[in-house]
Amino acid sequence: MYRSQRLALKYFAAAVVLFGVMTLFGLSSAFYFVHPTFLLNTFNFNTSKILHINTLVLWLLMGFFGSVYWFLPGETGREVEGIGAAEVLFWVFCVVIAVVAAVFIVVQYGPGTEFTLWFINQGRKYVEAPRWAAIAIVVVALVFAYNVIASTVKSRNYSGILMVLILDLIPLCVLYLDAFPRITNMSKDLFWWWWLVHLWVEATWEILIGCIMAWALMDLLGSSRRVVESWLYVEVALVLGTGILGLGHHYFWIGTPRYWLGVGGFFSALEPLPLLGMVIHAIYDAGVNHMQASNRPAFYWMLAEAFGNFIGAGVFGFMMTLPQINLYSHGTQWTASHGHFAFWGAYACGVITVIYLAVQKTRGCSRLDGRAWKWSFALLNLGMLGMVGALLVAGIDQAFFERALGGSTWSAFVALQHQPWYTEGMWARFLFGLVFTAGFAVLAYDLITLGRIRGVEEAEPVKAAAA
Amino acid sequence: MYTRDPAFWRAAAVSSTLFMSAVLVILTVNTLQTISIGGSNVPTYDVINRQITYAYDPAQHEYVARAGGEELLFGRRYTEKEATALVARGKLVIQSRACMDCHTFFGNGAYYAPDLTRAWLDPIWASEYPGPKRGAAITAFVMHPFRIGFHVMPNLHLSKEEAQAVVAYLKWMSAVNTNGFPDGFGRAQSR
Repeated sequence: MYRSQRLALKYFAAAVVLFGVMTLFGLSSAFYFVHPTFLLNTFNFNTSKILHINTLVLWLLMGFFGSVYWFLPGETGREVEGIGAAEVLFWVFCVVIAVVAAVFIVVQYGPGTEFTLWFINQGRKYVEAPRWAAIAIVVVALVFAYNVIASTVKSRNYSGILMVLILDLIPLCVLYLDAFPRITNMSKDLFWWWWLVHLWVEATWEILIGCIMAWALMDLLGSSRRVVESWLYVEVALVLGTGILGLGHHYFWIGTPRYWLGVGGFFSALEPLPLLGMVIHAIYDAGVNHMQASNRPAFYWMLAEAFGNFIGAGVFGFMMTLPQINLYSHGTQWTASHGHFAFWGAYACGVITVIYLAVQKTRGCSRLDGRAWKWSFALLNLGMLGMVGALLVAGIDQAFFERALGGSTWSAFVALQHQPWYTEGMWARFLFGLVFTAGFAVLAYDLITLGRIRGVEEAEPVKAAAA
Repeated sequence: MYTRDPAFWRAAAVSSTLFMSAVLVILTVNTLQTISIGGSNVPTYDVINRQITYAYDPAQHEYVARAGGEELLFGRRYTEKEATALVARGKLVIQSRACMDCHTFFGNGAYYAPDLTRAWLDPIWASEYPGPKRGAAITAFVMHPFRIGFHVMPNLHLSKEEAQAVVAYLKWMSAVNTNGFPDGFGRAQSR
């Protein structure tokens, strides 16, 4: 095994730990909605939410880094350039996350000074990490970019996947610089903030996971490189062709000119297209392989990725993206419903796929199957669908009663808290959060023990794959 | 067939990305003019010296924010420079307390607490304090929040000076025009 792949395993382990932390703070954040005085003035909702969404970004980012470090030596046929620096920076990354989390939990917030932004909390959703930590993340990302680019150059293997990945690393690093400025004007602040949040998550991350899934497809199903690369190009063309101006659906109500209503509405309506393509491809692959593969959990998580991405990001996104609907759905639990489903389908399922592939290789399992992964797959997806459905009910209730009828005042907001559909939705979300948490526990158990405490032979052999 | 050649799709990927990026750059240049301070949608910071309204405009078929005659905040008239410094301080305080991780601004943020886009104009304050006392009332609330309905805001230990800066920020923000968001504001005050 390459050192790069050993580093990948460390990244995967850290990702799963952060996935767990995210789940726990998600559960606590959900509880505040049904019990608003929970830990009031001791550990407020915003701190819980900050930890929930930042660990979300970080576990996925670590999963992406791990996936690339896992596949890169196979693609280039050599050890990754600068692997020593990458190994050191993994630990730096972990220490930075631990320190930032400790400061968030213990200090929480600071006085209204630049010192707070540098060392405690920047207070912009998703980029709360203080500036010193954001600098450390930039360094980690730059070394990661160097690893990929230098390894590609040394190997002289300029494959389509590697070239797409390298070009994608440029915006991935550059857009993150948006995590630093403090802009008084909220319209401008949010304008640039969406370059980070949308163009990172809905463009560069989509391409990054596209490259990773291309490798995973070749690894798991032996798909031909020619076909996989063609699909990757189609995906880039459609994701960036629709997603770059799809940015406009965040520019409806922040003080920006009226033409964004048309531009954003039109292009974001097209955004499901590349995701539909992935679903068609997944159904095709599933049929060709008769739902069998040497690594069944990876195969099923890959299918979940395709469907989750299409329905969660594509359909749920489209449902609320037209400006005529968004005027009322914007900033409600409806958004939270879409956000949960989209992150889950687009990224989380993909990272879990690659982790199962790595587990199979490192534990020497020629076939991977068993009971635990089925339980975790079922509980996690049921928990997620339940949360998404509950938030959708609450969100539509909020859009109608608080926004459209109530006129978005504080009184309308307070009245909403007594609407049965809203309160029941919030309880249902919390309960399905418990189901999701149980699913995570089984997933962690499966990943830790598979092929170790439970011998490889204990893993149920799959029925002979139909020819 | 040419569609079987990856190079065809590579060309499609490169051209669509470059074209859309170019369009985005052009729209960004134009948008930045509109959303700059003093641009057509975003007032200068000394708007905090004036009365602000947000009401349905039959000509534009949507809710529009307007700045009217003088209505001083905290009983003083801020110069443009002073107002800019005060509002900038307000933003710093808002970031330091992570307000956006409970509330929303222009609908962006967390969905745990009310949207603050027009908080300055909210009937809960504006009906009880239509005149110059509103600034002091909201300042007192931000420093020592009391329960409103089901929800209660935590005490985030703002100094008076910090709280006043936040209130100035909310007043300025309520004067930004946002294509009619939120719609029907205050339509049903006591539902």
